[in-house]
Amino acid sequence: MANNNIGSKRLVVGAHYGMRSWLAQRITAIIMAIYTIILLAKFLMASDFSYEGWSGIFADRWFKLATFLMFLSLFYHTWVGVRNIWMDYVKPVSVRLLLQVATVLWLVGCAGWAVQILWRV
Amino acid sequence: MPEAAKPRPQFRNIHVTQLAQYRLPLAGLVSILHRISGLLMFLCLPFLLYLLDNSLTSNYRFDQIKEFTQSTLVKLIILALVWAYLHHFFAGFRHLAMDVHLGVNKNWARRSSVGVFLISIPTAALVALKLFGVF
Repeated sequence: MANNNIGSKRLVVGAHYGMRSWLAQRITAIIMAIYTIILLAKFLMASDFSYEGWSGIFADRWFKLATFLMFLSLFYHTWVGVRNIWMDYVKPVSVRLLLQVATVLWLVGCAGWAVQILWRV
Repeated sequence: MPEAAKPRPQFRNIHVTQLAQYRLPLAGLVSILHRISGLLMFLCLPFLLYLLDNSLTSNYRFDQIKEFTQSTLVKLIILALVWAYLHHFFAGFRHLAMDVHLGVNKNWARRSSVGVFLISIPTAALVALKLFGVF
């Protein structure tokens, strides 16, 4: 194993698209951090803590879109992170695949719900 | 020719049963908690969406969900998630700084890991006091 694992015979393992995922995780993190600061600022400057005040924040079209973009970032970021966890700790391929599929379904389901919530306000 | 090579030390991954006694350096603790907090938030996503959904649907549901969050159990879950968010947020900034080669040496890595705890824990404590109505 050790000797035939060099040069062109090198055994390449892993997801193969590490750099793209790595970069995406960083960019989505920055987007979410900026969103957090905006939401926190809106919340701290608010005077109306009733339903009208809270839903008013999300009624703005630009804020709705910003929230939507944050959610997309969140789900992509989470996909990269959770997949890393499965790849690090779960070795049997079948179990890993099952968990990865479950993760995708979970996240896409949550994304659908998030869209439904946002566009009802 | 050197004489027979000495047996070389072997380093293996630790076993799950050894986790409890394993003394992680602070930077390692920040790192594993980054992972745990991330997984916790991932698993609690439906809970958070449920809260957001109800708080935005109608006046009536808003009041209902307000009532729901008065229970101690729900407050504890929210507090755990607030801590997870804060830890993930500040530990994440530490990672981003390291990505641009800031504070990568051992000494600074240790200091910044202390920094993460010094910000995330008091902030979470402040939220706890607010949640349980101390101020």
